[in-house]
Amino acid sequence: MPDIQAPDLSFAALAPLLFVLGAAAAGVLVEAFVPRAARHRTQVALALVGMLGALVGTVLLAGTQEVTAAGALAVDGPALFLQGTIAALGALSVLLFSERALDPARSAFVAAAAVPAGTVRDRELATSTRVQTEVYPLASFAVGGMMLFTAANDLLVMFVALEVLSLPLYLMAGLARRRRLLSQEAAVKYFLLGAFASAFFLYGLALVYGATGSIRLSDIGAASGRTGSEPLLLLGLGLLVVGLMFKAGVAPFHSWTPDVYQGAPTAVTAFMASATKVAAFGAVLRLLYVGFGDAADTWRPLVYTLAIVSMVVGAVLGLTQTDLKRMLAYSSIAHAGFLLTGVLGVDGSGLAATMFYLLAYGLTTLGAFGLLTLVRDGDGEASALSGWAGLAQRSPVVAALMTFFLLALAGLPLTSGFTGKFAVFRATIEAGAWPLAVVALVASAVAAFFYLRVVVLMYFAEPAADGPTVGVPGLPTTVVLAVTAAATLLLGLLPGTVLDLARSAAVLVG
Amino acid sequence: MTDVPWLLLMIVVPAVGAAVVAALPPAREALARQLTLAVSLLVLLLAVGATVSFDPGGERFQHVTSVAWIPDFGVSFALGVDGIALAMLLLTGLLVPVVIGASWHDTAPAKRSMRVFWAWLLLLEATLVGVFAATDVFLFYVFFEAMLVPMYFLIGSFGGPARQYAAVKFFLYSLLGGLVMLAAVIGLYVVSESELGRGTFAFDALRQLDIDPGVQKLLFAGFFLAFAIKSPLVPFHTWLPDAGAEAPIAGSVLLVGVLDKVGTYGFLRYCLPLFPDASRDLAPWVLVLAVAGIIYAALLAVGQSDLKRLVSCTSIAHFGFIALGIFAFTTEAATGAVVYMVNHGIATGLLFLVVGMVISRTGSRRVADARGLAATAPVLAGVFLVAGLASLALPGTGSFVGEFLVLIGSFPERPVFTIVATVGIVLAALYVLLLVQRTLHGPPPDDEDAPAPSGGGATAVAVQARSRVRDLTRLETAVVAPLVALVVVLGVYPQPLVDLVTPAVEATLTDLGGAR
Repeated sequence: MPDIQAPDLSFAALAPLLFVLGAAAAGVLVEAFVPRAARHRTQVALALVGMLGALVGTVLLAGTQEVTAAGALAVDGPALFLQGTIAALGALSVLLFSERALDPARSAFVAAAAVPAGTVRDRELATSTRVQTEVYPLASFAVGGMMLFTAANDLLVMFVALEVLSLPLYLMAGLARRRRLLSQEAAVKYFLLGAFASAFFLYGLALVYGATGSIRLSDIGAASGRTGSEPLLLLGLGLLVVGLMFKAGVAPFHSWTPDVYQGAPTAVTAFMASATKVAAFGAVLRLLYVGFGDAADTWRPLVYTLAIVSMVVGAVLGLTQTDLKRMLAYSSIAHAGFLLTGVLGVDGSGLAATMFYLLAYGLTTLGAFGLLTLVRDGDGEASALSGWAGLAQRSPVVAALMTFFLLALAGLPLTSGFTGKFAVFRATIEAGAWPLAVVALVASAVAAFFYLRVVVLMYFAEPAADGPTVGVPGLPTTVVLAVTAAATLLLGLLPGTVLDLARSAAVLVG
Repeated sequence: MTDVPWLLLMIVVPAVGAAVVAALPPAREALARQLTLAVSLLVLLLAVGATVSFDPGGERFQHVTSVAWIPDFGVSFALGVDGIALAMLLLTGLLVPVVIGASWHDTAPAKRSMRVFWAWLLLLEATLVGVFAATDVFLFYVFFEAMLVPMYFLIGSFGGPARQYAAVKFFLYSLLGGLVMLAAVIGLYVVSESELGRGTFAFDALRQLDIDPGVQKLLFAGFFLAFAIKSPLVPFHTWLPDAGAEAPIAGSVLLVGVLDKVGTYGFLRYCLPLFPDASRDLAPWVLVLAVAGIIYAALLAVGQSDLKRLVSCTSIAHFGFIALGIFAFTTEAATGAVVYMVNHGIATGLLFLVVGMVISRTGSRRVADARGLAATAPVLAGVFLVAGLASLALPGTGSFVGEFLVLIGSFPERPVFTIVATVGIVLAALYVLLLVQRTLHGPPPDDEDAPAPSGGGATAVAVQARSRVRDLTRLETAVVAPLVALVVVLGVYPQPLVDLVTPAVEATLTDLGGAR
């Protein structure tokens, strides 16, 4: 029996991944062994160290172009750029999780998730100030999975990463301390639909393997370039795309998004809306560009259609929402459509534009959801639109910041949203898909209406007598808001450096 | 020619001023408005300085500054003015201090602060200067969209009863136009990339492109829609009566006086030189819209019972004339259009100011409630008359020069359209004279409400009520005086203005013809 050949592993290139997954594993041990009093602090510190360490790692690795782990992982510009983005968004989300000043019970997370909602024990726990900390290792695992997702150069690793990032998210969605039933419903819905999407992905994987005889993206790329539109391959591609589009929240695979965004604890929603989207698009880009780069004609019409459907569904259904979290969910669906227009770009400009858009959108969305955690009534966050009436009179700063984030999401100049939109639409028009750009711009105008509605409510309406109060955030949330607002402004005013970075990073290895 | 960065200063000074005013403590309301006025006067001085040091016979773009901004997109922060832009800057610089004076004693609605109002006003001025001074299409677009935000808050926070509706309508219309223009802006960039090898947004480089006629038409349509909404041309005009009526007076004056000019300015600066073939091919359709607007909006104005809506409608009719002048493609007509743009800003601005003063006295926007004003407030009535006559382009007022140049310039090229447009003049006389008659003359409104004319008692009460309607205060006189003076001066001696804009108009038309 021959010796088993160990695959070559470049530990240096995988350092960011190992760092964050190591922190996650250590977090599990902390959960078991560190005394309760010190646990929260330790867990936050550990998670932050893991993610910031990963961020530093990606910066140090800048310029790396290599395929490692027997071809299963590609550490290249896009992977590092997106890994850095995910790590940064993850670190900011952890700060949001760790906020203890806002909820009277000192945490937005349930004290004992296993206790059935509405029981006597649950009511006792609702007011206890016991803080549960399993969310931090879960978040670290999710971030690790997302980072792996963007670097996966092989469909099986991609599937494993998909599960590593999804399973913690399913749990986290159910951890809300207030409105527990809604939160648990969200978790179950997310889990069931997510499992369904995973099955699609697996089925697609099997078909692609059957058609090409390989699960490595570069081999699939070579085979798809050769065979073109073989039915088995096309079917496989379609199923893979369905699985990924589900995670990315692209219509018509979006039906989980509003419910889950609404039910999950707001800080978790912020994390899902920003980091998950980045990871999912990272995988989409790699699958389409590396795996089917030479067979672009097979997927371009598909992506073209999905982009239009997603933009229209997001913009139009967003109009009818009366809950801010649901509204932002539909906004994220519309933005997923805008991102897909960038995916259609050619010659690397689409890749660079999409990466920039992901960074800009992630930071802005995180900031917007972070603000949502501040506005509270007796039953947790007041995300109903009506509660926000006249907010500018109660808290001018919160209203001004929210306006700024919403204008950025609407894509007004001098915000990062505009730079991002400009970059992706430029890529789209360069690729000759100008009708898509026009649809996208009209959808932007429609979407602007519902962002604007919030601004109108905050500034021009009279506040309700028993409306929500605006909490004073502690240090962590303040930091998050400051960082996201500054980034949204800077990426709008002086985006040159980051655009250059995205462009120089936009080279995939196969 | 000069080292003073006039244009940059004209953007930076009001922007910084806005930040300072907004940051003042709430107790310093008085200081806030004094500071605002000082800043706006400084901008006016800068505009005058830029004009004095401008050589009409020299380079097309002067006071040029350019700094690379987003190299990856080929965007520069490039400023520069030709005669047309300079005229618009002067108009902006003039109207802002005037509206500050007109709002001097305004009080903010409950729980809002006038500091915020002043800050938005200054920020609006900064973005307006940016729009007119940008020589980079991307930069122009940025300012074009950015100026929506201050105006949106001016209408939405400080406007009339239906302000929310008006603000959102204004914002959405403009944003939709702007986004379609964005598609065209990006398209233009892509064309420049394929022709020059390197994408650029610099106006001077873009106007030398040789664009395929089919592509030109699409790009033209993108720009045109944005500008047609902004101007507004019929049928894209429905936001203006709402926005004009609900905005605070300062907002209305700037909206109609300057903001809307961005549309016609955009036709001249961007549509004609960048897309010459498309402009020629599509000109008849634009002229149809222009002439339809002249007649339709004039008819609308005749039927309005709301003072501010009425003035907004007259403005739509005037923009039809301006568009006619621009798309007739003769030097006289286009010069006339620019002269008209300036004078329209002054005349309609004045009319809005006077209407605002009437409304603040009667407490109602209804035309009928302002009857009999001439008896108790003769000076106000006189200024009202001057503004009205300037608005109908009576000879001797500045508007006449513009309108006349437009009509004689257009007639040789487009006789039919010109003849139809002339009907608009008659209608203008109709709505202005009806307005003057219904507001200034006749008995005060209380007479009709009085039960019976039998005793003198009721009438006496009414007269007494009316006698409380004060004539112009000294401040108000100071606010309207410069505009009244300019109406007359530019009517009698328009030559300096014509000299200023003619070279720029000729250069624009050369682009139009030379690129064939």
